[in-house]
Amino acid sequence: MRPPVTAPTSRRHFLTGATGLTVAGLLPRHRAFGRPSEFYQGPLVGETKGAFAPNAYIRIAPSMVAGDSGITLILPNVEMGQGIYTGAATLIAEELEVEPDQVNLEAAPPDDAYVAADMGTQATGGSTSTIFEWTTLRQAGAAARLMLVQAAAGQWSCPVSDCITRQGQVFHTPSGRSIAYADLAADAAKLSPPKDIPLKTAKDWTLIGRSRHRLDSRAKVEGKTLFGIDIRKPDMKHATVAACPVMGGTVGGMDRDAALRTPGVHAVLVIDNAVCVVADHYWAAKKGLDALAVTWNEGTNASVDTQRIYRELHDGLSEPKPVVAKSTGDAAAAMARAATRYEATYQQPLLAHSPMEPVNCAIHIRPDGADVWVGTQVPMWARDSVADIAGLPKNRVQLHCQYIGGGFGRRLEYEYVTQAAQFAKQVPYPLKIVWSREEDLTLDRFRPAYVDHVRAGLDARGRIESMEFRVIGPAVVARWEPAGLSPDGFDEDLAAAISITPYTWPASRLDYVRREAPGVVTAWWRGVGGTRGLFVVESFIDELALRAGADPVAYRRELIREQPRARVVLDLAAEKSGWGTSLPQRHGRGVAVQFLFGSYLGTVIEVDMTEPAQVRIVHVTVAVDCGQPVNPDQIRAQIEGGMIFGLGTALFNEITLSNGRVQEDNFNLWRIMRMNEAPPVDIHIVASTETPGGIGETGTAAAAPALANAIAAASGRRLRTLPLLPGLESA
Amino acid sequence: MLTVRINDTDYQTDVTPDTPLLWVLRDMLGLTGTKFGCGIAECGACTVHVNGKAVRACSLPVGLLNGRPVTTIEGIGNDPLGQAVQKAWMEIDVVQCGYCQPGQIMSAIALLRDNPHPTDADIDAAMSGNICRCGTYLRIRQAIHNAAGLIT
Repeated sequence: MRPPVTAPTSRRHFLTGATGLTVAGLLPRHRAFGRPSEFYQGPLVGETKGAFAPNAYIRIAPSMVAGDSGITLILPNVEMGQGIYTGAATLIAEELEVEPDQVNLEAAPPDDAYVAADMGTQATGGSTSTIFEWTTLRQAGAAARLMLVQAAAGQWSCPVSDCITRQGQVFHTPSGRSIAYADLAADAAKLSPPKDIPLKTAKDWTLIGRSRHRLDSRAKVEGKTLFGIDIRKPDMKHATVAACPVMGGTVGGMDRDAALRTPGVHAVLVIDNAVCVVADHYWAAKKGLDALAVTWNEGTNASVDTQRIYRELHDGLSEPKPVVAKSTGDAAAAMARAATRYEATYQQPLLAHSPMEPVNCAIHIRPDGADVWVGTQVPMWARDSVADIAGLPKNRVQLHCQYIGGGFGRRLEYEYVTQAAQFAKQVPYPLKIVWSREEDLTLDRFRPAYVDHVRAGLDARGRIESMEFRVIGPAVVARWEPAGLSPDGFDEDLAAAISITPYTWPASRLDYVRREAPGVVTAWWRGVGGTRGLFVVESFIDELALRAGADPVAYRRELIREQPRARVVLDLAAEKSGWGTSLPQRHGRGVAVQFLFGSYLGTVIEVDMTEPAQVRIVHVTVAVDCGQPVNPDQIRAQIEGGMIFGLGTALFNEITLSNGRVQEDNFNLWRIMRMNEAPPVDIHIVASTETPGGIGETGTAAAAPALANAIAAASGRRLRTLPLLPGLESA
Repeated sequence: MLTVRINDTDYQTDVTPDTPLLWVLRDMLGLTGTKFGCGIAECGACTVHVNGKAVRACSLPVGLLNGRPVTTIEGIGNDPLGQAVQKAWMEIDVVQCGYCQPGQIMSAIALLRDNPHPTDADIDAAMSGNICRCGTYLRIRQAIHNAAGLIT
């Protein structure tokens, strides 16, 4: 059963108004903020008598503990490394006038109040958090501050114009008196929220735009941060699972007695397609699972292999009736009259997410209610799924969002929570289920494989007259949020980097052939559309440039002449990388320019191909315009990390299937870039006052095309298939 | 019953001796700062010190400890070198998701104990067994250099 995906429209009334910013087809609208609804009945940190909770993001309570400000910020997005706790707290704190390290942070519970309308549910992903929260969180802080000032003015019987705020206190300027926010909570709670909420102008910001330390650094460095996998509850037992390694298969036979004889094992639980061994600790559960020696009824997918997946995608090249997703000008006529035509086909593999924290879920289902402690990017869907499995009303299921040890889109899925509920309802005690790395990798929901075909019609001087794009692959949105599929069957996310791009095509056509991959479930992965689309477009533009005998930077600059922000990052990356200066033999530079997730990037990568079957990445230069920076150092951190993630993926990664089973089952076969392979990444941030764009996935998207273009420059070899390393080795 | 010495405290455990140290730490003793990543000593998330040397706890049967003392991320802050490394990590905000960082920090401390002023190549050699999926390697390398500068 699918959970509901749309918030009641009544909750969207308070703050509306589009920013006009389109990100991968998403048009952000600011959602309502209200009080946590009836669904959340758990304790609120700091909620005591007289608490002031003007909206869903702020709670101020009379301080009970010395040194505690009594101020709690409730953060609508989950923290999985991207720094959004720090970023969101900065936005609220700027307007509330508190120091970010003065407040308590709390993960938002699943609640309609935190639904970003354009995500369809309460979701964190796709580099959207800062875009969606930019105005909402500042307004939340500003509204609370106005009420606190009004409360103080009431106590002092003075006009509000005599009051200023700073560091969690209201000051009475004529007398110099002051009062802490916590001591105003009871009075402020009696006031009505203001209708008019002016925001600070940029010149008055003290937090936004400055590099500040992450608020989660110390706990993470000291090993004190609790991730979902670290949850411990009284009487909790430890468990691990195995699901049929072939999708769609079911449990066959097993040696239950052997498992139960394993020291420390308490129970063997079975559902249709998976088994769960419960024990005193994970190792005993794993040994019990080995002893269980499960056999499977593998079903029809047992014949699937990777070659079949690619074959079905390539068959889409000749599909006569694609969905025509986007069209500008008369592409066909322009193509027909072109002096020359050039075309290329690109292939990209299935990819796993493999966050460092393996999939896990701690859960306790009782007759009257349930608790779930889990890292999830979609807390409402996860909660609703548990309610459904347990046969409980939603308001009896408390889902406690945990820090996530890497998301990358994996935790936009919640099937592991559904599975955990199916097992947990069979036992009376709390269960913590931890997947082995092998289970995490082979039973992942994968980034789809794609085949893209691009054709350009060029005039006699080699200029682009017409572009035709064909994307062949799954529509992730059709399963994840069916309402997101266009009426004619297009997954709008796939237009990112192709029709939402800094380039202006005189005429263009984007068509789509939907081919769902057999034998796997496909899912979001670091903003699917942008990351996959940019490899195609920026590889192809590079091919056109080289074919025209043009400099790849100059060629792009001409094509993006109407996009000043794109031109600036391209030129800055070129300048800072020394583009055009001489290089050692068999070195080469590759470039990519992008507009994705609301941000502009120019990237130059230098490689050394002295060894023909190898590539050494010498240096990466990135110029970024992500609009108004919130925390410049964290922008750099996200690009550094995203770039390294993307480079490793582009070089090494491909999930393959044989007899329906995923072959890459641990880090010995699923290669992650390591420290000795990680190149220096220089990042240059363009000063901007535009509305902030997203940043998390931008570096990952840039990596593959800039690297492939650098390899072409260094070696003359154009690699159109990812990953790149097997292509080099097969020379 | 096995006795294990962890962070200067003796603990009794009744697990079978083949049980990896990782699960004694995490599931029996509640020392969850040491992380599970792969179970086959490929990722380094579970790195602890045994007699001061970096060891992958996921692949060390607890029965093979033979009384050798174990230090985990929870105990390393008592060591001046441990403090210096943790401070260096915070000063340049190395962490992103943070899951691998206890293992990274334990590997870095073991490196600096043997080699107080490592080169980039020394750091690569010592740290390449620790995977960071968020890609924080550049800051890890810088933090190790900075920590080396803090040691007198």
